[in-house]
Amino acid sequence: MRPAKSELLLAVGVVTLALVVAYGTTEIPVSPLYSKIGPTVFPYMVVVGLALLGLALLVAALRGGWTQGDDEAHMPPDFRALGWLLAGLLLNVALISFLGFVIASILLFTCVARAFGSTRVGRDALIGAILALVTYLGFDRVLGFSIGAGILEGII
Amino acid sequence: METLAALAGGFAVALTPVNLLWALLGVTLGTAIGVLPGLGPALTIALLLPITYKVDATGAFILFAGIYYGAMYGGSTTSILLNTPGESATIITALEGNRMARQGRGGAALCTAAIGSFVAGTIATIGITFVAPAVVEFALKFGPAEYFSLMVLAFVTVSAVLGNSAIRGLTSLFFGIWLGLIGVDLQTGQPRFTFGVPELLDGINVIVVAVGLFAVGETLWLAARHRYGQDEIIPVKDSIWMSREDWARSWKAWIRGALIGFPIGAMPAGGAEVPTFLSYYTEKKLSRRPEEFGHGAIEGVAGPEAANNASAAGVLVPMLSLGLPTSATAAIMLSAFQSYGINPGPLLLQNQPELVWGLIASLYVGNVILLVLNLPMVGLWVRILQIPTPLLYGGILVFATIGTYGISRSPIDLVLLYLIGGVGYLMRRFDFPAAPAIIGMILGPLAEQEFRRAMTISQGDPSIFLTKPLSLTLLLFAAAALLGPHIYRAAARSRKRA
Repeated sequence: MRPAKSELLLAVGVVTLALVVAYGTTEIPVSPLYSKIGPTVFPYMVVVGLALLGLALLVAALRGGWTQGDDEAHMPPDFRALGWLLAGLLLNVALISFLGFVIASILLFTCVARAFGSTRVGRDALIGAILALVTYLGFDRVLGFSIGAGILEGII
Repeated sequence: METLAALAGGFAVALTPVNLLWALLGVTLGTAIGVLPGLGPALTIALLLPITYKVDATGAFILFAGIYYGAMYGGSTTSILLNTPGESATIITALEGNRMARQGRGGAALCTAAIGSFVAGTIATIGITFVAPAVVEFALKFGPAEYFSLMVLAFVTVSAVLGNSAIRGLTSLFFGIWLGLIGVDLQTGQPRFTFGVPELLDGINVIVVAVGLFAVGETLWLAARHRYGQDEIIPVKDSIWMSREDWARSWKAWIRGALIGFPIGAMPAGGAEVPTFLSYYTEKKLSRRPEEFGHGAIEGVAGPEAANNASAAGVLVPMLSLGLPTSATAAIMLSAFQSYGINPGPLLLQNQPELVWGLIASLYVGNVILLVLNLPMVGLWVRILQIPTPLLYGGILVFATIGTYGISRSPIDLVLLYLIGGVGYLMRRFDFPAAPAIIGMILGPLAEQEFRRAMTISQGDPSIFLTKPLSLTLLLFAAAALLGPHIYRAAARSRKRA
């Protein structure tokens, strides 16, 4: 059977993760007092586990992979939708500290709705605003969790 | 008798107005998120974890348990009317119940599912009441070696036995264990895998991982696959009640389902799929009309629905008595215990009797509320299904953001959330189960602790896990669960050849 390209990449990813964990484990400072069962024993067990599983996945990928029957998995992803989603997430992470939770959430909500095929931007922004304000007030005023300051948060 | 007195004390806790309110809130919220496709109890409880800083432990756990029970009731509504099973445990309900709905018997299907869930939930709660203290008696004899071996067994069963592939399940598990190891090692104070990022010293919050895998990953996946066309909701034309014949065909299936589901759920292996399938085939075998199965047989809804509920309730037994979570939801509830500084395990029942018995009593109460909420108000729940998908997922991501950003107000956590969301997307794409990652993340550090304790006792000799009879037995079970299917398959193949 032909090797499955995408599965091969994923298996390589798991093997790489095992290497990263191995490198991370060597970086853990070990005091000689704990030489026998120190903080690195368990991580090394994880390294061995991940490496063996990564190799097993590699073999499975070379033998044709495991998702060939799954048509949904092989559909080419909708990059336009993913683009809107990623834009929303990145805007959110970039702006939440400056503009505050409410405005960042409105942008996120509108972008996600767009990604899922909504074209009514005004309506989405309005609903997003109501949702964000209600949750902000609920968390901040009722439960007393501060979820950060911002422009709108300063006004209300 | 001791148990009954303790349970009575529990009811005194659960029936206080405040706790009744928590139960009502929990089951209502639980039903709503159970009805909505794409949201599950694990995600919801993770998002609500911050309330553990504000609310007392009993109230919070009554809320969480209500969400857990409610989500199961709500999930059956969706599978019957929409034919999109939210989780693998409701596949059977979707199969049989949706057929009934298409034949105009949706009301009867919803009714048998709701009453069946009530019957099974109550039987299983009685089971918890009496089995949990018995398990505690047994578990008090456990030392660190036994605990570690028990956790190994749970790791193997939740990741390798349940699900499609042992390799993928275990990969997910090890990824979770690694996430759990990130941060300062509590025994030596050394930072592990922090890669110089100070925010990682405290470890990754389970909220970030659960929300990333379940909410962000799922949303990315659905958006990328264009899986957001509105599904057809089958309207309920008949009355939400059952005929005499429906009752006669349902009640035995409920009880059998509960008796199949509870013991399987209560084992340190967990998993709700196996009991639903077992119940379905049992009912088909015992039915006088097996030809109706696959075309809308009411027993095929009643039995599996009961089995599903009973096994989900059974999961609370190892969770409360051993501190051993065998589902993603239970793992997140365990982390809630940790944030109160409470260690679930055999001592929980002695140290926190009010909490445990109040929680168990609230399960009885919650079941009654759920029955009342679900039968007459099913029309209202169906309306939740009509929320347009763009708004639903917009809302899910906004809540995901608050849940994550609200705990630390650090954008690093949001970056982590999105990275883990990306991993969740890949896991969906390549058919890796997410639950083992969550369980590994919560249980991994505990397993490490027991491992190091056992090794300290044995002065570094790893044979301690094999020389203690109980520990050895548990490890042998784990090995059998891991290798058994392979050996069986190889044997079957060689027999075919011969």
